[in-house]
Amino acid sequence: MRKMRKVAIYGKGGIGKSTTTQNTVAGLVEMGRKVMVVGCDPKADSTRLLLGGLAQKSVLDTLREEGEDVELENIRKAGYGGTWCVESGGPEPGVGCAGRGIITSINMLESLGAYEESEGLDYAFYDVLGDVVCGGFAMPIRDGKAEEIYIVCSGEMMAMYAANNISKGIMKFAQSGAVRLGGLICNSRNVDNEKEMIQEFAKKLGTQMIYFVPRDNDVQRAEINRKTVIEWKPEAKQADEYRGLAKAIDGNQFFVIPKPLAIEELEKLLMDYGLMS
Amino acid sequence: MLLRHTPKEITERSALTINPAKTCQPIGAMYAALGIHGCLPHSHGSQGCCAYHRSTLTRHYKEPISASTSSFTEGASVFGGQANMLQAIDNIFAVYDPEVIAIHTTCLSETIGDDLKQIKKKAEAEGKIPKGKEIISASTPSYVGSHVTGFSSMVTSMAKLAEPTGKKNGKLNIIPGWVEPADMEEIKRLLNLLGVRSILFPDTSGVLNGPLSGEFKMFPEGGVTVKELKSTGDSIGTLALGEWCSAEAARWLDAKHKVPCRVLDLPYGLKATDRFIDVLRTLAGVSVPEEIALERGQLVDMISDMHQYLYHQKVALVGDPDQMIAMTEFLVSLDMWPMHIVTGTPGKRFEERIEAITKDLPYQVNVRAKGDMYLLHQWIKNDPVDLLIGNTYCKYIARDEDLPLVRFGFPILDRQGHQYFPTVGYKGGLRLLEKILSALLDRKDRDAPEQSFELVL
Repeated sequence: MRKMRKVAIYGKGGIGKSTTTQNTVAGLVEMGRKVMVVGCDPKADSTRLLLGGLAQKSVLDTLREEGEDVELENIRKAGYGGTWCVESGGPEPGVGCAGRGIITSINMLESLGAYEESEGLDYAFYDVLGDVVCGGFAMPIRDGKAEEIYIVCSGEMMAMYAANNISKGIMKFAQSGAVRLGGLICNSRNVDNEKEMIQEFAKKLGTQMIYFVPRDNDVQRAEINRKTVIEWKPEAKQADEYRGLAKAIDGNQFFVIPKPLAIEELEKLLMDYGLMS
Repeated sequence: MLLRHTPKEITERSALTINPAKTCQPIGAMYAALGIHGCLPHSHGSQGCCAYHRSTLTRHYKEPISASTSSFTEGASVFGGQANMLQAIDNIFAVYDPEVIAIHTTCLSETIGDDLKQIKKKAEAEGKIPKGKEIISASTPSYVGSHVTGFSSMVTSMAKLAEPTGKKNGKLNIIPGWVEPADMEEIKRLLNLLGVRSILFPDTSGVLNGPLSGEFKMFPEGGVTVKELKSTGDSIGTLALGEWCSAEAARWLDAKHKVPCRVLDLPYGLKATDRFIDVLRTLAGVSVPEEIALERGQLVDMISDMHQYLYHQKVALVGDPDQMIAMTEFLVSLDMWPMHIVTGTPGKRFEERIEAITKDLPYQVNVRAKGDMYLLHQWIKNDPVDLLIGNTYCKYIARDEDLPLVRFGFPILDRQGHQYFPTVGYKGGLRLLEKILSALLDRKDRDAPEQSFELVL
């Protein structure tokens, strides 16, 4: 059996990390892969499409209610195509420490053996909220956790700015560990010259644009139905796009330590491509 | 802990403190809170913090220190400590029934952003605070300031209990600063002699220097009462002793309730006590009572009698800023030579004050705020001294450099007496002088060759 791949998805808030992750996971499942998705977001909405609703009790809720004597079966739930779904959860907005929550729940998953070989996993996906703002949000990229990172971005400036910032975090941990950047996933917002710009941005970071996901309202329609596009409408054009992304990730062998851009360089890139039309 | 490997050569350090000359903010907050009658200090954080702070105070005062804790677990660190705090308030009032709960934060609760004011409002709204009982709080993460800052913050929270009625109470607020229970007692004695009616806060006399009576009292007789604290807004003025430990509270009362304040040095030694007595005399409109004049005369007498043994003796000293300022001035007035002066508490004004006090000495003193004992030790190696003054941690330097040590400051973990005998005022000055002379003369006797081993000194 081949080694489990540990993947973390980062990107600006609202860019579509959770949506992209779950749709891609559905594609991997179709290919016969066994996947676990770990949502690292206090909102606990990273597995909604795979589970058909927000039905899951988070790791931290379980920890709080049942103490430290927790079983693996209390915190993971089977979703679409046999994926294991875990939500780390966290405090309500404005109190406590969400970062510490992520650390706690990942440690707990490890100690409960969720990543053991006997689980037969091909992939573990970490879906992490927003930016790498503190040590907790860097937990999935610390040594021995996720080994490949994909950053979801679009041609909008703030999304690229966040992607660049996340690259700084990856660079820091890559120098001392095994974590590498696997590429940028462009989740299109229909910005001018978006594809070319992200390709160029990826090149400057030393990585690749692994896939360009076009904008399609079928994604929203599937979300309303609490399903991934592949499950809701397998024949849709967008379903094929996610299958393409899943295939690209499955076959990816290009992993690098990113070289984050200086802010002037990033702005120049935006100027060059934004003014071209 | 022995420091025999401390190198003489001093290299610039920017990020490393070795043998710090300070400790955690909550220790100061806890000590201040114990100066309120019927007060239970509460540590909002994990249990270890509370245990350490209590044990340090117990080791210094040799008294049981009662304090409760929010007992944070992994869950509380993630979800915030509000639930623990609310439960603690319930438990504390149900089990121990104090007049006041004085909450201070810790590194953990500060870092996760717990908001004590909001939690207190919630507790009020839910009716968890019985009528007539109070909750005060101070923000005291250990990565900011020092134990002195924590003390000052809690004293300011005490001042915030003030509820002016619009009618003056004819009393003077005295904030004694971080001094020993015996010192607070001595300050009250002097106030009585001068006929000044006062509210002293905090007041740990009778709390941390109590007798062994065979009966345990969770809340001893001493301490400033909540009623008195409420009345501080009606006082005619506030006299704060110590810029670092007392001024913030005094200025708050001045700004908020128009209670005029004056900040003086801690009354250690001749000159600082002179200024203290002079201000009180002026405020009370009395002449200095005979009894106090006599005590002053005794101190001056001892200084002149023993001057030959003090003259140009070199001293290194370490401690809290207010203590160090007054002590340095005292040493200069004795014609001694303070050479190296370190405090671990931040504050640029400290160095300026010390430089002003020592400006007429024929050498440049070494002074450092935010310094550590390692630096002090290195300074001593480069410019040896005759005497070391500081807390118990100095005993390692004293042993290493074979120096006489006078224990002064916080904490003193290996000698007794500081709770019972004052070091403030003229009487306290006599005691400080006695300790300094004993240390110097014991050394002289030890080192004297047989032919000059004198019976009379």
